[in-house]
Parts: sequence; structure tokens; C-alpha cells
Amino acid sequence: MSGLQDLKKNLFGGTTSVGRQFGMIFTLVAIILLFEVLTDGLTLTSGNLIAVVSQYSYILILAIGMLMVIVAGHIDLSVGSVAAFVGIVVAKAIQNFDLPWPLGIALGLVVGALIGAWQGFWVAYVGVPAFIVTLAGMLLFRGGNQFIGNADTVPVPEGFRTIGAGYLPEVGPATGYNNLTLLLGLIACLAVAWREWRSRKTRQEMGAEPAPLWISGLRLAVMVGVIIFATLRFAGGRVGTSLPVSGIILIGLVLIYSFYTRNTVSGRRIYAVGGNARAAELSGVKLQRVNFFVMTNMGILAALAGMIFVARSAASGPQDGLSWELDAIAAVFIGGAAVSGGLGTVSGSIVGGLVMALLNNGLQLMGVGVDLVQMIKGLVLLFAVALDVYNKSQGRFSIIDSITRPFRRDEPPAAVPPVESPRQTDKTPAAG
Amino acid sequence: MSAAPVLLEMRSITKTFPGVKALADVNLVVREGEIHAICGENGAGKSTLMKVLSGVYPYGDYSGEIRYRGEEARFGDIRASEQAGIVIIHQELALIPGMSITENIFLGNEPRTGLAIDWKTAQRRALELMKLVGLREDPDALVKDIGVGKQQLIEIAKAFAKDVKLLILDEPTAALNESDSQQLLDLLREFKTQGITSIIISHKLNEIEAIADSITILRDGRTIETLDVKADGVNEDRIVRGMVGRDMESRFPDHTPNVGEVFFEVRDWTVRHPIATDRLVCKHANFSVRRGEVVGFAGLMGAGRTELAMSLFGRSYGTWLSGQVFKDGREIKLRTVSEAIEHGLAYVSEDRKAIGLNLLDDIKTSIVAAKPAKIARHGVIDEVAEHRVAEDYRQELRIKTPSVDEGISKLSGGNQQKVVLAKWMFSDPDLLILDEPTRGIDVGAKFEIYGIINRLAEQGKGVVVISSELPELIGLCDRIYTVFEGTITGEVARADADPERLMKQMTTTKKMPV
Ligand SMILES: Nc1ncnc2c1ncn2[C@@H]1O[C@H](COP(=O)(O)OP(=O)(O)OP(=O)(O)O)[C@@H](O)[C@H]1O
Ligand SMILES: [Mg+2]
Repeated sequence: MSGLQDLKKNLFGGTTSVGRQFGMIFTLVAIILLFEVLTDGLTLTSGNLIAVVSQYSYILILAIGMLMVIVAGHIDLSVGSVAAFVGIVVAKAIQNFDLPWPLGIALGLVVGALIGAWQGFWVAYVGVPAFIVTLAGMLLFRGGNQFIGNADTVPVPEGFRTIGAGYLPEVGPATGYNNLTLLLGLIACLAVAWREWRSRKTRQEMGAEPAPLWISGLRLAVMVGVIIFATLRFAGGRVGTSLPVSGIILIGLVLIYSFYTRNTVSGRRIYAVGGNARAAELSGVKLQRVNFFVMTNMGILAALAGMIFVARSAASGPQDGLSWELDAIAAVFIGGAAVSGGLGTVSGSIVGGLVMALLNNGLQLMGVGVDLVQMIKGLVLLFAVALDVYNKSQGRFSIIDSITRPFRRDEPPAAVPPVESPRQTDKTPAAG
Repeated sequence: MSAAPVLLEMRSITKTFPGVKALADVNLVVREGEIHAICGENGAGKSTLMKVLSGVYPYGDYSGEIRYRGEEARFGDIRASEQAGIVIIHQELALIPGMSITENIFLGNEPRTGLAIDWKTAQRRALELMKLVGLREDPDALVKDIGVGKQQLIEIAKAFAKDVKLLILDEPTAALNESDSQQLLDLLREFKTQGITSIIISHKLNEIEAIADSITILRDGRTIETLDVKADGVNEDRIVRGMVGRDMESRFPDHTPNVGEVFFEVRDWTVRHPIATDRLVCKHANFSVRRGEVVGFAGLMGAGRTELAMSLFGRSYGTWLSGQVFKDGREIKLRTVSEAIEHGLAYVSEDRKAIGLNLLDDIKTSIVAAKPAKIARHGVIDEVAEHRVAEDYRQELRIKTPSVDEGISKLSGGNQQKVVLAKWMFSDPDLLILDEPTRGIDVGAKFEIYGIINRLAEQGKGVVVISSELPELIGLCDRIYTVFEGTITGEVARADADPERLMKQMTTTKKMPV
């Protein structure tokens, strides 16, 4: 291809995101350590970690949906407004019609789905670019929020608040820790071990040499170590606090959507559509259905995020969800997705979102003002993507790649030295 | 010829990509004023060598030395090589479809007065250049509205807008029909008389034999030999021997046709152009395919063969007006691509990059893309099965890659074509439509693909081959339909097929008696 097109491809991330994603994990660790030092150990305290999760889980939930939208080659600018709109509708419904709160949540999800379907209709069946459709949606639903709520705040009942401000309850013997969180940690450790064993077996069935045992062991040790550390932190907070319910919802969604995008036929179609719509169509993929689905799905996740936020702040207000779309989009791109579509992973986006979240949190702990935090976040987004583009054009992936390759699931046979390749990011065992 | 001074010498060029040694100690000597051909199988490293020469892979990215006009050249980018008079026309055209001919010719090289682009001069010079390359078109016409043959000429005009001394053409005729190719080759001969040196890469060996003064053969990233066409009395077979390392007795594998009864039939198929609503691209086409039969479609570029095939394949082209399709005696509806796939149709597109493949994918995902359900349970993909399937095809079609986990974009052109073939073979079709299946494919791989086509036919499947190379159709097909301007003008059995007869039917509006 000509140099011009090569350049374009690099600039807009036409190719792999493996390097960026692992670069991001390192960045994440570096940011955590940096702030741990700068804040004299405040960052990794139980209280702070719990706060970070409950404060950012809804952005990360948005990032999951946004990832799929962006992979399919679209964008959604309306998520913040949709979240706010759903929040006020649910709060009002509970207040005015005495709706039991679980029904309120169900109502919220339905409204989110309808909004998503509305936008999906214009994108998929009429062919209006998603940028325009969701720009319109952004105005429409922000206005809708203020219209329904009279630009006022509407409180939500106690039960509803669990999804945003609730924690795992205290049960069982007094261990000094939250027992349910400990149990979750244990399950996570077992799951990770099982998965490692499965991936070795899969490799063997493919007729490829599995990674040496010690590498599997090391990888497992690191992951189990991280899980145990996190478990003890989350379980060991102030009595009554533990892993937030919103965090559990997030973890569940990450697991489901990672599996969906990576391992299912219909998940793959999203990548096919974003990678080359015409080729996908000629392979029997129904473009309109895929586009409609990603937009609808985004609507549902935005609704969920909106409700979690309302639950956390105990009331729905006119300023809810302002500029959430930007945080979600930034998370996805920092996490290695391509602007032109077809590339990106759920786990990458979560890592990208965590980078933003911890950066935000760390700066706040240090007492840095909102103005500066914004500027720093903007620069981080720019540099993260630029660094990746630069590395790519210099063909320097191999360093990061060769370190991380052994940690990847189903890497190519040992005979093949590290080669970056698109979509393999899908199979990384990164955050999740 | 060999008396002419050396213009270019590339000495022990080595270029590695992560995991692949694309060039190992390659040497190339090109003399002034000659037409130098580079031949080799798919993935031999031809394009890579030319990218090294033209600065696409800059100095430092490869090892070895380039000597150009007696001095060592270290090109940092394409601009640097262009400044030295080396202009490359890549395997994939690099024109911008939405821009006019003039704009494309001067892209990045616009004549200016001060800061502004001087469109008057540009227009005038564009006309001159177009005349030089024999292109009769409105310089304001958009590139997307003119045929590939002419687009190729624009690329050449673009090269001449820069001061070219050494012109590199990477498979310039792959997408051209015979007369367009001929025109292009004549042009090269004319340039030669003007003292311009050319390097040409092509898998059409007859063209190479006709036009080249010397030939360098690459195999697996190494220089095998350089032949002087006149002195060594080189012919096609000799080139093939160098490329594949052994003699090839025949270009077509042995095959005894075992043709059964008609199982697929199209009646009165009429399709309208998607934009120009007064134009019919298929006019009342009738044709049939028997089990175990290889049916060819001959026609000039733009005759409507691709349009016919694509409109059958789930109405992927144009607006369907009338016509019926019967399979095994029953009418079937092919309204969407998935319906077509359900009914056992497969269409291998002629344009693999634009519509055949997702270049972001890896090999294994691409191979299963047309029927992922075959390797999935309850919608969940079985990665082991996927890997096994891909591995099987890699071996069967000899796709040259270190692993099926590699990205499609890393494969050489010919190997990408094999992946597309694998993709549609995996969909297990009853009727496989192949649109220019051997475009850009080396002789050895062509032979393999013919073998695969024959094997599919032997399994009782129907195969339709659309090709612009008449010898290919004649060598491969049991029966050939000829198409002219959207009309099927005739049908020729293998025994009666000869190029003249086909050519005549391909260029007439009259329906010939069958
Ligand atoms: N960007 C790349 N990254 C990795 N490997 C590459 C890249 N480009 C080419 N290769 C590999 O280098 C080898 C030579 O490729 P090249 O494109 O030069 O072949 P070619 O001789 O031009 O083949 P064809 O006739 O099919 O066009 C192939 O094995 C190919 O897979
Ligand atoms: Mg090539």
C-alpha cells in the first residue's frame, strides 16, 4: 500500500492494539504505584479502592457498550443524556406511581432499550451516521430529563439505592473481613486456575506446544496474588462496607461481554462489520441487524449506568451524566480500539477506563483542582494513543509483545516469533 | 543489451518482518534502458524488494546496499526515491476514487503559483500526460467512474508527472483484460525507446516473455538467477522452471470430467444498474450448470459477468427486475446473502481487498467467516475446531504463512487469494462461483487452484468460473458462456472452444445459435 495509506492506517489505528493494551496495563500499574507514593499510601487503602469502584463503575459499564459501538464503526454521544433521562423517568415513576423499586429498575432497562432501538433504527435502517443520530439524542434526552423532572432533583427510595450505594452484606462468622467478598475472591482464584488449565489443554488440542509450565505457574501466581490482595482490601474495609454492588454488576457484565465479543458467532459479526462492512455483508452478515443491536445494547447499558448513578447519589438530577460520553469514549480508545472500527476489546476498554479513573482519583487525593485534572486527562488520552501510533510506526511492538506474549492465551505456535496481529487482543486475559 | 551501463544494483538485500525473512541476500542488477522483469511465486518477496528500492521501507529497515547511477542510495522515504527518478506503481492502485483524473495525477505534486494550486497548468499538463499514456478521457472525470484499465494508465501518468527514470510496475496488468494489457505493454516499449528503464513484476508469463529484456527470478526470498531473454532464449517454461525449481509438464492438471444432470438453472435474469436506472446490466440471462461441471463465463471487462454473479448471490448488486433460479428442479429465492449461502451458493469476489476480506482479521477467523456456525455450538465458537479447520486449509492450499493466527494483511497478494478460496470452500457450497480466481496468482498456485476446482467438480459440485484469460477458461471449463454488454451471446462446449471463436462471441450484440 502507498505510504499515505499506511500513514492513515497508523494514525487511525488500523492495526493491532496488543501493544497498546499491554502498554496500558503497565501504565495502570505505574499510575497506581506513583499515586501510592505521592499520596503516602492513600491510594491502595480499602476505603479509597472501594470509593473508586463505586464512583467509576457506571463509566466502565458505559465503556463496555461504547466499545461495541466503536468496534462496529460508530460512536454514541448520547449516553450521558440517555442515562440522565432514564434516571429521571425511573425516579419519577417510583415517586408518582409507588412503583416497587425492582420494577423501577426493570422499567429503566426497558426505557433504555427503547431509546437504543430508536437510535438504532435511524443508524441501521435509515442510514443516518451515528454521530448525528446520537448528537440529536444528546440534546433530545438531556432536554427530556429536564422536561420530566422540571429541572429539579427527584429522590429515590432506600431499596433502589442498593445498586449504587450498597455493599455485600455481612454474614457468617466474625473473621474481621467481609465473608462474602472473601468467598468471591476464592471463586475468582479457582476460576483463574481453571482457565489457565483450560487454555493449556486447548493449546494441546490445537497441536501446539503449550507455554512452559513455569510460565503458566508464574502467570497464575501473579494473577492469584493480585486477586488475593484486592480481595483482602475490599473485604477489610470499614465494617458495613465491602465490594460495592455496582462493582459486582460491573464484573458480571465484563465477564459476559468479554465472552460474547470474543467467543460467539454474533459477537464476531460486530468486528466483521467494523472491519469491512461490504465483505461482512457478502459473507452473509446482516449489517442492519448488527448495527441495530449495538445501538440498542448501548441504550440498555446507558440506562443501567444512569440508574446506578442515581442510586448512588440517592436522587436524580438535571446535571446527571454530563460529559460521561467523553469519559467512556476516552476509555475505549486508551484501551486500544481503532477509530475506524473493527478493533478493540472489552478488557482493554476496562483497563483504559481504570487508567482514567485512578488518575482522576489520585489527583483528587492530592488535592489537585478539577481544572487541572481535566487538562491532565486530556493530555493522557492524547499521549496514550500517540505513543501507540509511534511505537507501531517504529515497529517496536516486539519488546512489549515478547514480554507479554507468554501471558497470552492461545498464542501462535512457538515456532513463530512475536508478530503483532490484529484481533489477537481479543484473547488476552487482561482485566476482567 | 548487456553492454548498456548498470543503472541500479541492489546488493545482498535482507529484509525481515517479525517472524518472516522476506528477503535474504537478494541481488538485482538493472541496466539502463532495459525492461527488467522480476518473477517468483506468491510470497517470494518481489513486492518487498521493490518497496525496499523505493523507500517504502527506508534505509536502515533492511540490510544490504543499493547503488543507483553509480552511487550508494539511502532513501529515507518515497519522496527521496522519487526525487532520484524512481517511481513505483504498487500492486494495489493508490488512486482516490472520489477525485478527478487531474487531481489524482498531481496528488501531492501539484503545480503551484505561490501558495495556490495552479489548476490551469495542472489541467494542461494532465492532458499532455494523458496523451502520452494514450488515455482518452475527460480530465475532470472522477476516477471511480472509469474502468480499471484506464485507472492503471492514470497511475502511469501520475508517475510521469514526476520526473521518472526508473519506473517500477508491480503486477500492472493483473486486473486488466488482454487488450488493455497489450496497450500497457506497448506503452512500456515506447518508454524504452525514450530511454526510460522499467522493472515489471507479473504473473502473466507470456507478457514477460514478450516484453522483458532480462528476468530476475526470486524464490523464497532469494535470488535464483538472472536470465537474458534473447541470449538465453528464454521462454515461459524456462521461467516456470526457475520459479518453482522443477519443470511443469502442463499448466492444467489432468481431469476427466464426469458431468451429471442440470441442477442449477437461471431463467430470464434481468438486473438494473444501481444508480443509472435506465441501464440494464443483465438482460434476460438464461444459463444452467450441471453437477460436476465447470462452466466458464467469458467476456470483456465490464460485460456484466461480475454483476450477474453478484446479483444472483443474494442480490448483492443492482436492482433485481425479473428472473427465477431453480435448484434441483425447485425454484429457490435468493434475496439475501445468507439465503444464498443457505442454498449452497458461494461467490468468491474478484476484489478481495475491497469486498472479499476483512484485512483486520487473522487467517483463521477469515476462513470460517462465511459459515461460522459450522465450528460453533449454540453460537459459541469452538476455538480448537476453528484452528484445526484453518490448519487443514493452510496445508491443502499451501497458504504461505508461519501460522494461521497471523493477520491477513501480512500475507502476499496470492496467499490472500487462497484464504478467500478457503473461506468459501469451507462454506461447503453446491455451486461455487469464482470471479477471476487466479488474478495475481503464480503459475504453481494456479495449477493448485485448477486442481481444487477439478476436485470440487469431481465431488459433484457445480463450479462457475469468470475469467478474463481465455486460455484459462479453455483449459479448465467443460462449457463456456460468452457475455457481451449484459447479454449472454452464446455457449461453447470445450471441444469447440478456441480463442477466436470466443472472442468473436464476446464482442457481438447478436445472439449466436447455440
Ligand atoms: N508487512 C508485512 N509484515 C509481515 N510479513 C510481510 C509483510 N509484507 C510481506 N510480508 C511477507 O513477506 C513475504 C514476501 O511478500 P511479498 O509481498 O514481497 O511477496 P510477493 O512476491 O510480492 O508475492 P505476490 O506475488 O503474492 O504479490 C511473504 O511471506 C509475506 O507474508
Ligand atoms: Mg506482490
